[in-house]
Amino acid sequence: MNHSKNKKILELNKVEIWDGNTSNAQALRQAGVDVMSAYPITPSTATVEGYAKLHADGYIDGEIMIVESEHAAMSGCVGASAAGARTATATASQGLALMIEVLYQAAGMRTPVVLCLVNRALAAPLNVNGDHSDMYLTSQSGWISLGSCNPEEAYDMTLCAFKIGEHKDVRLPVISNQDGFMSSHTAQNVRPLSDEVVADFIGEFVEVNSLLNFDHPVTHGVQTESDWHMEHKAKQNDAMMNSPKVIKEVFAEYEKLSGRKYNLVEEYKIDDADIVIACMGTTYETAQIAVDKLRIQGTKVGLILPRVFRPFPLDEMAAKLQNCKAVVCLDRSSPGGHTGLLFNDISAALINTDARPLMSDVIYGLGGRDITVADICDIYRDANDEVKAGKLNGGILRWATVRGPELKYYGTGV
Amino acid sequence: MSCNTNGGCTPQGNKEIKNLKAFSTAAERFEGAHVLCPGCAHSIIVREILNATNDNIVVSAATGCLEVCTAIYPHTSWDCSWIHIGFENASTAIAGAEAANKALRRKGKIDPTSPEPKFVAFGGDGATYDIGFQWISGCFERGHDMMYVCLDNEVYANTGGQRSSSTPIGASATTTPAGSHSYGEKQNKKDMLQIMSAHNSPYVAQIAPNKWKDMVKKIQKGFDTKGPVYINAMSACTTEWKFPIHQTIEVSDMATDSLVFPLYEIIDGRELNITYRPKNIVPVRDYLGVQPRFKHLFKPKYEYIIDEWQKRVDEKWVYLQRREEARV
Repeated sequence: MNHSKNKKILELNKVEIWDGNTSNAQALRQAGVDVMSAYPITPSTATVEGYAKLHADGYIDGEIMIVESEHAAMSGCVGASAAGARTATATASQGLALMIEVLYQAAGMRTPVVLCLVNRALAAPLNVNGDHSDMYLTSQSGWISLGSCNPEEAYDMTLCAFKIGEHKDVRLPVISNQDGFMSSHTAQNVRPLSDEVVADFIGEFVEVNSLLNFDHPVTHGVQTESDWHMEHKAKQNDAMMNSPKVIKEVFAEYEKLSGRKYNLVEEYKIDDADIVIACMGTTYETAQIAVDKLRIQGTKVGLILPRVFRPFPLDEMAAKLQNCKAVVCLDRSSPGGHTGLLFNDISAALINTDARPLMSDVIYGLGGRDITVADICDIYRDANDEVKAGKLNGGILRWATVRGPELKYYGTGV
Repeated sequence: MSCNTNGGCTPQGNKEIKNLKAFSTAAERFEGAHVLCPGCAHSIIVREILNATNDNIVVSAATGCLEVCTAIYPHTSWDCSWIHIGFENASTAIAGAEAANKALRRKGKIDPTSPEPKFVAFGGDGATYDIGFQWISGCFERGHDMMYVCLDNEVYANTGGQRSSSTPIGASATTTPAGSHSYGEKQNKKDMLQIMSAHNSPYVAQIAPNKWKDMVKKIQKGFDTKGPVYINAMSACTTEWKFPIHQTIEVSDMATDSLVFPLYEIIDGRELNITYRPKNIVPVRDYLGVQPRFKHLFKPKYEYIIDEWQKRVDEKWVYLQRREEARV
């Protein structure tokens, strides 16, 4: 890929100072994307701009379609992918909401598109800052969804996304998530792989039923009604449910190349932890500082993160939470009349196991509202009090980091 | 434009149009086995478009009659590369495939010396005039090398006859029904051909299945044109226009002969050519009279709609002739 006469070679430093958008743009360049079809939106714009600049400077020999909406961006990706091209796009928030129809179509049509999703709040009120409401909106779309906590992880997950999604046993689209601004606009050390190593790692795109293979004309995107629809969805979902095997293989191979180890579920000091916080995105790094701080004070706390948000690593999550006394799930999305998604997923993981930790859900950090080490320490302390009391202090669902009266819901009468 | 208006080019990929019989025995890439309504003009138009070239072809279809009647798992009527994603994005789907073709040839993953395929998108008027309009506009602005064909039956036929912005004034549609207090659709049909021409499309044309030679000539011209080509195909709908299933061509003849559907083309946004001049112009009234979707217009209180329509058609015909003369 890198030896194409049509593009210049870009020499990278061993350590680059990249924000998360630059990580995406460079990962997409190294992946040898054939067609990017994209539309700008804060805070993912710089992924597209960075890629376009690399293209303009001759480092990319694929096609770029700068289209008129996010819906068209994903539509172009599906058309190009069905035509045997490696395809990618980037978006956030309202852009994701606009393309959600095509997300379902991409998954159902088994086109392994890669989407760099820079997580941002969904309006209204309009807000450009980071939360996970757009990631949550994708949760049933049939896309594999990988999480990252900083620009280097975003780079890693975007590269792994191609390898996972294009695997013959998977053939599903993949989202590489990162927090808007906290990761996308925060320049940090990133240790990239060389172009050659990436090219060998991801390999050539293997076309399956390409529209451009005229020896075997294929019909893509047929209609199925009640007679066949369920078998198609079952097969699609089965590919999703079996993808962790491939994801683990890809992570293991990536570790050999990068020295960076990724797991379906990441953990921090949970072995002897009484209280475990589960969270996603950049909060995982902030919470590690809180854990260290509280452990010095003698509180046994730990941290857990689903690296792979979809398919949700239910069994792995359950196995890691068997010995704790309380699990506090931090959901960075307004739950819309229920408990948050992470709480629901982790509760589902534990419901048929012997573990009976106190389970609570904290809604926090919406629209980029800061979550500090002190905030997280408070959450741990509250949970510690509840563990001592042997019951929740009223309310399974609480809102934190918000002005006004204390907000608690569900279980308040228990 | 790689082709002049006098038919001065016969590219390799195009089939010769000697006679209908010879043409109709061409290899099928759109098979007769489909579940479109008997008498549906869609199949006639689509078949002739695919038959107009020997080149490899990639087809995309918008959700709609054509799509749901030709690709119901485990069957397909398409013996060519075909894709359907959704209702509004058939244009961008084919644009994505066209971009993939460029990229893969540049990278040598497809032999760059192999013959270039054609890229064609089909959508109904709902998918074209309404819900897919933005996507089409985007594709044409970006200049993809593709042909977009609107199968214009002036109604959401697949879902049982709701109005679109192609539905002409006075038509009774299920969402704009005629009733004791309404003559049906209130708006005039959107002029898609002018709109697409205004995108600086190198070639736009209106076609009708009854004028098959004119249709195939235009399609071949479109295939020879580099860039985004728009074809508005009148597709008489026996189900929603409510005429007998054996009268598709007769009704189409009345549409073109009444000049409600004038057949013309515009090259590079300037050069307008009228390609069919009826010897005997049929009154609009007669064209409407054969379609029960307009039967309420013949009540005295709504006759003025027909008169106004006739006036608009006359004015448009004068306009088209003047544009043709002016070459601007």
